[in-house]
Amino acid sequence: MATTYEAIATVTVGSGGAASIEFTSIPQTYTDLLVKYSLRDNVTSGGASNNATISFNGSSANGTSRELYGNGATAASASLTNAKVDYHSSANATANTFGSAELYIPNYTSSNNKSSSSDGVSETNATTALMAMNANLWSQTAAITSLSLAPSGGSWVQYSSATLYGIKNS
Amino acid sequence: MPTKLVVDCSTGAVEEIELTAEEIAQRQADAEAAAQAKADEEAAAAAKQAEKEAIAAKLGLTAEELVKLLG
Repeated sequence: MATTYEAIATVTVGSGGAASIEFTSIPQTYTDLLVKYSLRDNVTSGGASNNATISFNGSSANGTSRELYGNGATAASASLTNAKVDYHSSANATANTFGSAELYIPNYTSSNNKSSSSDGVSETNATTALMAMNANLWSQTAAITSLSLAPSGGSWVQYSSATLYGIKNS
Repeated sequence: MPTKLVVDCSTGAVEEIELTAEEIAQRQADAEAAAQAKADEEAAAAAKQAEKEAIAAKLGLTAEELVKLLG
């Protein structure tokens, strides 16, 4: 049976933190991409949950997102001007907890605009935690060769990690 | 100077690279846009909750009772 789901690369943030995680020279030999994250930023303002910006080929321009989110009591929706993966834990979340998220990008080598979907949850045992599903659109026709994930402020803290997978349809 | 963690998928090599001035400016713009979006989300959620509570009050119910009724 053919291998259709392969881990391409994994990265874990070191003790100095990182302003972003970036995968470059992405092989163009798969059908779809999947990125799974375990993330926490060092932002102390606001709540325990933050969102992250996705950039493709070095640019976050021309990205939009439609989001459905909730906190266990209230659900709502929003339109965003950047492609997003929501949510991950901030510095206000319970110590040593990390949010979990994944981003699926079908047909990343096509010459059409690139759609993607993501879902993510923050993690905290003390205050409101948020979860969200996003439908993203990157209105660029270039094949995706690099992908970056940055917190909406501050840096990823040590032990944040991300794995990029390649998916083949046969 | 903030750094980014870059993984070259063709080699598996991981590098820590300082952000350029342009990248720092873009991050600042993204952060401001994200903060605004988050504030809008929180305001929308608060308004929705207040609306629910106002309806519950008109009916003489607590917000929890209204949730049970609609559930």
